[in-house]
Order: sequence, then C-alpha cells, then structure tokens
Amino acid sequence: MTGLELDPVLLSRLQFAFTISFHIIFPAFTIGLASWLAVVEGLYLKTGRKVYQDIYKMWIKIFAVCFGMGVVSGVVLSYQFGTNWSVFSDKVGNVIGPLLGYEVLTAFFLEASFLGIMLFGWGRVSQKMHFASTVIVAIGTIISAFWILSANSWMQTPQGFEIGADGILYPTNWLEVIFNPSFPYRFLHMLTAAYLTTAFVVSGVSAFYLWRKVYTEHARVMFAMAMLIAVFVAPVQLLIGHAHGENTMHHQPVKVAAMEGNWEQGGHKPLYLFGMPNEDTESTDYGITIPGGASWILTGSTEGVIPGLQDVPKEERPPVAIVFWSFRVMVGMGMAMLLTGFIAAILFFRKRLFQSRKFQLWCMAMTPSGFIAVLAGWFVTEIGRQPFTVYGVLKTSDSISPVIAEQVALSLGIFIVFYTLIFGAGSYYILKLISKGPAKQAEGYYEHGHETIAPRFAGDH
Amino acid sequence: MFDFSSWLDLPLIWAGIIAAAIFIYVLLDGFDLGCGILFPFAPSDQSRDSIMNSIAPFWDGNETWLVLGGGGLFAAFPLAYAVLMPALYLPVILMLLGLIFRGVAFEFRFKTEGRDRKLWDLSFHIGSMLAAFMQGIILGNIVQGIEVAQRSFAGGPLDWANGFALVTGIALVFGYALIGATWLIWKSENDTQIWARRVASYVTAYVLLGMALVSIYMPLNAERIQTLWFSLPNILYLAPIPVLTFVAFLGLWRDIHSRRELSPFLLTIFIFLLGYAGVIISIYPWIVPFSFTVWEAAAVSTSQSLLLVGTAIFLPIILAYTAYSYYVFRGKTSDEIHY
Ligand code: HDD
Ligand code: HEM
Ligand code: HEM
Repeated sequence: MTGLELDPVLLSRLQFAFTISFHIIFPAFTIGLASWLAVVEGLYLKTGRKVYQDIYKMWIKIFAVCFGMGVVSGVVLSYQFGTNWSVFSDKVGNVIGPLLGYEVLTAFFLEASFLGIMLFGWGRVSQKMHFASTVIVAIGTIISAFWILSANSWMQTPQGFEIGADGILYPTNWLEVIFNPSFPYRFLHMLTAAYLTTAFVVSGVSAFYLWRKVYTEHARVMFAMAMLIAVFVAPVQLLIGHAHGENTMHHQPVKVAAMEGNWEQGGHKPLYLFGMPNEDTESTDYGITIPGGASWILTGSTEGVIPGLQDVPKEERPPVAIVFWSFRVMVGMGMAMLLTGFIAAILFFRKRLFQSRKFQLWCMAMTPSGFIAVLAGWFVTEIGRQPFTVYGVLKTSDSISPVIAEQVALSLGIFIVFYTLIFGAGSYYILKLISKGPAKQAEGYYEHGHETIAPRFAGDH
Repeated sequence: MFDFSSWLDLPLIWAGIIAAAIFIYVLLDGFDLGCGILFPFAPSDQSRDSIMNSIAPFWDGNETWLVLGGGGLFAAFPLAYAVLMPALYLPVILMLLGLIFRGVAFEFRFKTEGRDRKLWDLSFHIGSMLAAFMQGIILGNIVQGIEVAQRSFAGGPLDWANGFALVTGIALVFGYALIGATWLIWKSENDTQIWARRVASYVTAYVLLGMALVSIYMPLNAERIQTLWFSLPNILYLAPIPVLTFVAFLGLWRDIHSRRELSPFLLTIFIFLLGYAGVIISIYPWIVPFSFTVWEAAAVSTSQSLLLVGTAIFLPIILAYTAYSYYVFRGKTSDEIHY
C-alpha cells in the first residue's frame, strides 16, 4: 500500500475510538448522577427540606442534557458493529449478540420510559411514583453497564465458546460467556469510576459556589455529599483497580507488560514513575523507577516474575507508549482523588471543610478528573488488547467491513464535525445551568414545562 | 445449554419479533419524526411548543424500538446484520446523524430563547427529515435486493442511490408527516388542531400517491412480485390488502374532515399496517433479499433460544410500562413552558 492510500482498518478504528470515547463521557456521568439524584430525592421525601428539592431541580436539567447526548451517541454505536465491523459481527454475533439484546430488553427501555416520567411527570404522578421512576432510571443505567461490560469483557477474556469449521464462533456455555474472568473486575471498576466522576463534578461545582459565596446552603450539602464519596470510594477504587491489574496479568500478560513498560520477562522489575517506551530499541528510556516496584505490586514480592513484551512476537504487541502513558494518567487521577478525600477528611475534623479556599480551588481543578481517568482507563483496556478485537481469537484487521476507505473517511469527518458542534453546544448549556444556580430554578418545576396542573411536589414553595 | 429448535421454528419466530419491533418503531417514532417534519409549518410559536410537549416524554422510548430492531437483527441474524449494514453504510450513518440532531434538539431547545431556539428548531426539523428520508431509502433498497458474494456485501458504495429508493424515501417522509399530523389532531386543540387537520388532508393525498407508485412499480420491475401478487389463487388471498387500504384511505379522508379526534390516527396506523404487510409478503422469506432466507442467516439456535427467553419475559413488561407512560401523559398537551 502506498503512503497516500487511505487505510479502512485504521479509519474504522479511529471512527470507533472517536465515537465510543464521545459516548462514554455521558454514561460515566449519568450513571453516577442518576444514583445520586435518587438519593437526593429520597432525602427530600424523608426530610421535606427544600434544599434537596432545589438541588434535584438543578441537576435534573443537566442530567437531561447529558442523558440525551448519551442516548443519541449510543444509538450510533449499536449500528457501528455492523457498518464498520461486519466480519466481526458475522463471526462473533452468536456469542455477543444476545448480550447486547439483553441490554436493550432489560435496560434501555426501562431507562427511556421512566426518564419521561422523571423529567415531565411532576404533578402527573404521585411523589412516591416519581421517586420510584428516578430509582428505576438509576437501576436501568447499572443494568445497561452490566451487559455492555460483559460483552466487552468477553472480548478481552473470551471463553465458553468453540470455533466451527466455518470460522464462526458458537457459544457452549452462557454462564462462562457472561461471567468471563475479567467481567467482575471491569464491572465494579467502571461503576465506581462513574460514581467518582459524578462526585468530582458535583464537588467542583459546589466548590465554585462556595468560593464565590453564592448558594452556600445548597453548596454545603452538595459538597459534603461529594466528599463523602471521595473519602470512601476513591480507596475502594484503588483496591479494585489493583485486583483488576492482577487478574489481567493472568489473562492478558502482554497488556500488563505494556502498562508497566516491561520488555523482558523476569523478577525484580522496577515500577516506572516516568519513562519513554521505545519500540525500536525494545527498552524504556529515561526511567525514573522504584526498583522491584512493578514486581511487588503485581505479585506481592519484589522478586516476583512479571511478563514482558518480548514474550510475544512484535506483530502481536499493542502500541506500547500510549498504553503505558494512559495507564499513568488514570492512576495519577486516582491518586489525586485519594488525596482529595484525605484532605477533605482532615479539614472536616478541623471543622474547616467549607472554609478552606485553597481546597475549593483544588476541587474546581479536579472537576474533569473522572472523565480523564475514565477515558485513559478505556484506552489502556482497548489499545492494550490490540492487535486483537477478540483477544487471541480474532484480529482487528480481520474484523472489518467490506466498505471502501473513502466512505469511512467521509463518515469519520461527519462525526468529528457534528460531534464537536453538539458537544460545544451541550457544554455551553450545562455551564449556563450551573451559573444559574440551584435557588433560582425553584419556580415552576417542570423540566421542559408542560401542563397547567399545579405541581404537587412543589407544594412547599 | 437449552435449545428450543426441536419444537419451535426459531428463525421464523425471530423474523416475526424483529418485524414487529420495526413496525412498532415506524409507528411510534413515525409520529414524532412526523411532528418534526411538520414543525416549521405550524401556525404559531405556541403551537410549536405544544407540539414539542406532546412528544418530549416519549421520543427516547420510541427510538429504543430502533435499537431493538438493530440489536435484535445483530443477535438473531448476525449474517443479515453483517451484510445489510455495509451495503447501506451511508444511508445508515446519515439516518443516525439525523436522529442525533433531532434528539439533542429536544434537550437544547428548552434551554434557550430567541435566535438559538430557532436554530435548534431548525435542527429538529432537518434531523427528522433526514432520518425519515434515509429510512425510506433503506426500505427501498431492501425490497429491491442486495448484491452479495459469499457472506458479504459485494455491490458498490453508491448502489443505494437509485430512483426507486428516492421515491420510497420521499413517500416515507410524507407517511411520517401523516402519522404526525393525525397524532396532533388527537393530542392538540384549537389552532394547532385545525392546522393539523388541514395538513393531514393534503398529506393524505401524497401518501396515497406514494403508495400507489410503489405498488405499481414493484410488480412491473420484478417478475417474482408480479407472479406472487397476480397469479391464482394468490390474488384471491391478497386482494383484500389493496382493497382494505383504499377503503381505509376513504375513511381517513372522511374522519379528518369530521370532528373525530382519535380515529384519523388509528386509521393511519391501519394503513401503515397494510402497507407493511404488503412489503413483508413481497420479500418473505428473504431477510437479505434475495440472497439469504431467514433460516440461512439465522444465528445458532442456542443463541436464538437464549434471547427468546428474555424476550418472552421482558417484552410484555416493556409493553406494559410503555402503555403506562402513555397513560401518564394522556390528554391534550398545552404550550406552557416553565423554568
Ligand atoms: C459503562 C457503561 C456503558 C458503556 C461501556 C457503553 N454504554 Fe451505551 N449507554 C450506557 C452505558 C454504557 C447508559 C448509561 O445506559 C446510557 C448512557 C447515557 C444514557 O443515556 O444511557 C447508554 C446509552 C446507549 C444507547 C441508547 C439507549 C436508548 O435508546 O435509550 C445505546 C444504543 C448504547 N448506549 C449502546 C452502546 C454500545 C453499542 C456500546 C459499546 C460499544 C456502549 N453503549 C457502551
Ligand atoms: C487508583 C488506581 C487505579 C488502578 C490501579 C487502576 C487499574 C486499572 C487497570 C489495571 C485497568 C486495565 C484493566 C484491563 O484492561 O484489563 C484499568 C482500566 C480502567 N480504569 Fe482504572 N485503575 C485505577 C484508577 C482508576 C480511576 C480513578 C478511574 C476513574 C475514575 C479508573 C477508570 C478505569 C476505566 C474506565 C478502565 C477501563 C475499563 C476496565 O477495564 O475496567 N481507574 N484500571
Ligand atoms: C466505553 C468505553 C470504551 C472506550 C473509551 C473504548 C475505546 C476504544 C478505542 C480507543 C478503540 C480503538 C483501539 C485501537 O484500534 O487501537 C476501541 C476499539 C474497539 N472497541 Fe472499544 N472502548 C470502549 C468500550 C467498548 C465496549 C463496551 C465494546 C463492546 C462491547 C467495545 C468494542 C470495541 C470494538 C469492536 C473495537 C474495534 C476493534 C478494535 O480496534 O479492536 N469497546 N475502543
């Protein structure tokens, strides 16, 4: 192939990476936000305090915008398996298709139908029914994550199938397919990631209000709730992530070797805090290391043997540098979150949680940390799996549709232009909603408005 | 692992489920895409607000039937999914793009005023038009057949752009406009309703014309369809479809011009059902016309069995809570916007 020719495999990979990276930004936030809104509404029902109602009213608008963008970008993905990865779809459809089918049946309809009631149902259904709708939407997002992560984990650690003479995969054991070895780790790790992402957005926004000394009553409640999550969930995330990595070492040793920037299998391997993996010289240069660190983290002993990239031929290695660096970005964010929780705990005991202006600035800066970590984490997972689409079974280059490169280039261009536009507009409206603040939204509850029936829920105005 | 294939014709059942999902999609998203198509022609801004309010709680659920159609096809007929999607690459991508614009317009429009709102109104309209038109193109291509070699699409990247598909594309835009207009006759009142009746009456004529064109063109161009519809004894069994369609159009015309509110919507659904039945009869038993039948493209029976269990359990539940959500938002909608 000459240098100027377009490569449909590369373009399809870019398109998938772009569209799914765009998509995951929204679930990462809406999964956490839905659960949090359920808690806030529950607290309102229990205590009747208006502050909870105001908080709910403010965030549900932001939720609606994000959920809308999550839905439309998700629909694109469900068709892209066919448009861009048709050979993949043909070969693994027997195994992965039913999992996606279950996601639609058990999650998407649930989310979509009760979202309507959650957004527009005030005054039309009882308070209890409205609360139930919020809870159902929250549960729907979790069920959705369950199925899609099961499908993705199966692609990482496939089992429970056999390959027919026609090269097509046939399931032999559904429980093995669904509960494949990396699934429990990935599911938990992603859920906690979503809760952390939401917590840091909420804490960033409330820190901004505290700093500007506006809506302080609301901001304190939100800030305290977000910090509670940071304090307890960030350490849990570290433990889950660690277990996830150990598990990956057994099933996808090359991926772990890329994450650690380790070339030769062996014991007493260093942990690189910094380094430049070099695929030509097969070494990691300019390393700042903790001797024996990687061995210790992965095996519990500084002498433990860990896998190296040279265990497999060159063509079966993933791109090393991007996996290596994405991993550091994710773990770096995780550590910063941990630190935030730690500082929050100290400030709390010194009764300065809501006063420290430096900490408020820090929390504002941490607002996007969850999104960054989620994207970096997925880059580790997905790029670390290369050159396979289904690990060890189906190569990415053998998964592609028989469509010409120009077509893919065109669609990729369309997605980039219009997603950027929509993302820009969406972000702008969300910032506007944030600057409006919680209190002013108290009049007229209806999300988008509708109906003239007096709002029952807002009876305490 | 359980497998029902010894006592059920799984591929046929699945073809039925997917056909039903697509039909429900066409009806439900049909009325909200139709509202989008008619949106700029509404008599006033208040009227536009009440049109929006009449569909805002439902659009997401409606669109999910499309996800079920696509996801169901992937799960139950992976081969068909793997052939049709690349064959219809650009129409599918453009349809998705249309749905994106129509979907975000719902959320963004309510957060804006003035010029910005006009912008999202426009994107709501164009997105709806684009999605409807591309769905019509997809339909037109499927009934004409897809070129296949071995297990993949073998045609060119622009095969989908042909005259017949253009006609089905335009016809579907009018079809959705009709179902949208009759939905609004039911859900709106005063000015909006008067306008919806007027729109419905001339859109009806275009839909009739479109259906007639397609019904004449198909048998003329495919001998298979000609013999299917016009040979004895088939003609006796199948004659009721065109006859009933014609009667339904007459009834629709009468009810649009009467005081009835719900019946135009129901008659439109009936017309869609008849047209859809005509299409299904014409392509049965192919799922990738005319290369793979539903049995040839079927996933392995254990996969179809697994998902059938879930469908048998969850589909009735889904229908129940979908009905509940329509019940919650029953009655006429108003144009009030609260912030
Ligand atoms: C960990 C969670 C997660 C991951 C990895 C993905 N999604 Fe997603 N998806 C969700 C979590 C989610 C959600 C929370 O359920 C969404 C996001 C926001 C929303 O509105 O619902 C959603 C929406 C959503 C929708 C719209 C549903 C509707 O009509 O209501 C579709 C079709 C998909 N997704 C499909 C996909 C596909 C094909 C993916 C991978 C290739 C994918 N999602 C990755
Ligand atoms: C604190 C230390 C952390 C460790 C040790 C850790 C560990 C890991 C490992 C080893 C993987 C790749 C697993 C594989 O591909 O097989 C991974 C993936 C991922 N991480 Fe982390 N992680 C940490 C923090 C975080 C944080 C804070 C977030 C987000 C808020 C996050 C989000 C993700 C996501 C979304 C993925 C991809 C999905 C998955 O494979 O689970 N991680 N993590
Ligand atoms: C939601 C978070 C996810 C992100 C950010 C993500 C990211 C990526 C990236 C960056 C690539 C390109 C890798 C490369 O080609 O070098 C990719 C490929 C791919 N991913 Fe994911 N992914 C996610 C989840 C999933 C899930 C849940 C599935 C399936 C159920 C999936 C299926 C695929 C497939 C089929 C490809 C294309 C083939 C390949 O390159 O291996 N991904 N993804």
